[in-house]
Amino acid sequence: MLKNSFLCSSSRVSIASLTVVAMADEIILLDFWASHFGMRVRIALAEKGLKYEYREENLWNKSRLLLEMNPVHKKVPVLIHNGKPICESLMIVQYIDEVWKDKSPLLPSDPYQRAQARFWADYVDKKVPQLYHELGKKIWYTKGEEHEAGKKEFIECLKFFEGELGEKPYFGGENFGFEDVALVPLSCWFYTYESFGNFSVEDECPNLMAWAKRCGQKESVSSSLADPHKVHGFVMEMRKRLGID
Amino acid sequence: MVGVKLFRTWSSPFALRAVWALKIKGIDYETIFEDLSNKSPSLLQYNPVYKKVPVLVHNGKPIAESLIILEYIDETWKHAPLLPEDPHERATARFWAKFGDDKVLTSIWSVFIKQGKEQEEAMVPALENLKFLEEELKGKKFFGGETIGFVDLALGWLGNLISILEEIVGLKVVDGEKFPLLSAWMQDFADAPIIKDNWPPRDRMIVKFQALRDATIAAAAAAAAAATSK
Repeated sequence: MLKNSFLCSSSRVSIASLTVVAMADEIILLDFWASHFGMRVRIALAEKGLKYEYREENLWNKSRLLLEMNPVHKKVPVLIHNGKPICESLMIVQYIDEVWKDKSPLLPSDPYQRAQARFWADYVDKKVPQLYHELGKKIWYTKGEEHEAGKKEFIECLKFFEGELGEKPYFGGENFGFEDVALVPLSCWFYTYESFGNFSVEDECPNLMAWAKRCGQKESVSSSLADPHKVHGFVMEMRKRLGID
Repeated sequence: MVGVKLFRTWSSPFALRAVWALKIKGIDYETIFEDLSNKSPSLLQYNPVYKKVPVLVHNGKPIAESLIILEYIDETWKHAPLLPEDPHERATARFWAKFGDDKVLTSIWSVFIKQGKEQEEAMVPALENLKFLEEELKGKKFFGGETIGFVDLALGWLGNLISILEEIVGLKVVDGEKFPLLSAWMQDFADAPIIKDNWPPRDRMIVKFQALRDATIAAAAAAAAAATSK
């Protein structure tokens, strides 16, 4: 009787774990190759060693799936886990960190440190529209006074991050974490800012550049960030479309 | 320094989120009221990046940004949870809280500070955003389900500020017929015992927001006049 019970409970456990494995299998990422926000999610998925299907979206002709899965904002990235969508990149990263919590935690376990990590990631989020859409556009698409003003402000933003980083290896301290994931996609755009802005990030912000290189040495980051030259080509293409060149 | 302090103003809807959360958790704390035209050295020290309220200080350590404060409160005092346990439900709750700040608040504010045709145009996105919230309430009393949760606290300002703004501009934004669930929720939330004793005085709010609207409209008119005279 006892032996049978043991066998029965083992079978139940194996069926349960098979079910868990099958349930955890389907991950789809709707993304755009140059998206700062999309890269954050790619990094998080790579940190956890997760297999997923990457689907490139044409932002000028969005797929029905994207519009269905993110009807509110209609934006990438969207993570679809077993059919259920999660939107907004920092929320997706937290979701990934909470579901696959046993490997490479991105957020610390202490509530105060978690609050600090969230605060800085949120700060980056507030800065991103300014960095790319306002200042980036001034640097890539304009000349003269407007161009110089954009460049000056961009460098000031970077210097603020440089100050916050200080001598630490990562923004959160000793380990790569949530704040680094939030900011590091900007680094694959450095080459584009530098060539159109005619300055060097390394000269202006040596600690930040060292941090970017340090992050880039991680497989999860190097495999997730867009190629800087491809990014540059993309901006060149946008300039042509706008009739700038 | 031990204990909990909350830096707030008498009217800030963002600070109210922390007030409600601390009340739900039964946490004792000291309130420091700030005059934003004359910020205290403590506020500037605790929130050097934004210099804003609310700031929660726990055992001498500051936390800023109201939604981040809510999560900190929830993770530090684990009883009476504000966020659900399931990761997908948590992600959904965070999504709607942020939607409230980024889209609902900004679009309603836009209606409030405009007039005439511009105001009519501003109503369109405001109503679209409210429709999403109406959908989200289907089958639920509160956004958190049977009890008040994270999203309710995040959107709670709707339960009070909306009627004040509506009274000032003479315009109904959350129409009971168009938004039956949202209207019912606003009432249920505002009447909840934890919530109702903490609303700032209505007459003072009306004076404050009327003045804010008048100043914003005057500034916009001055800017338009300067632009056309160039």
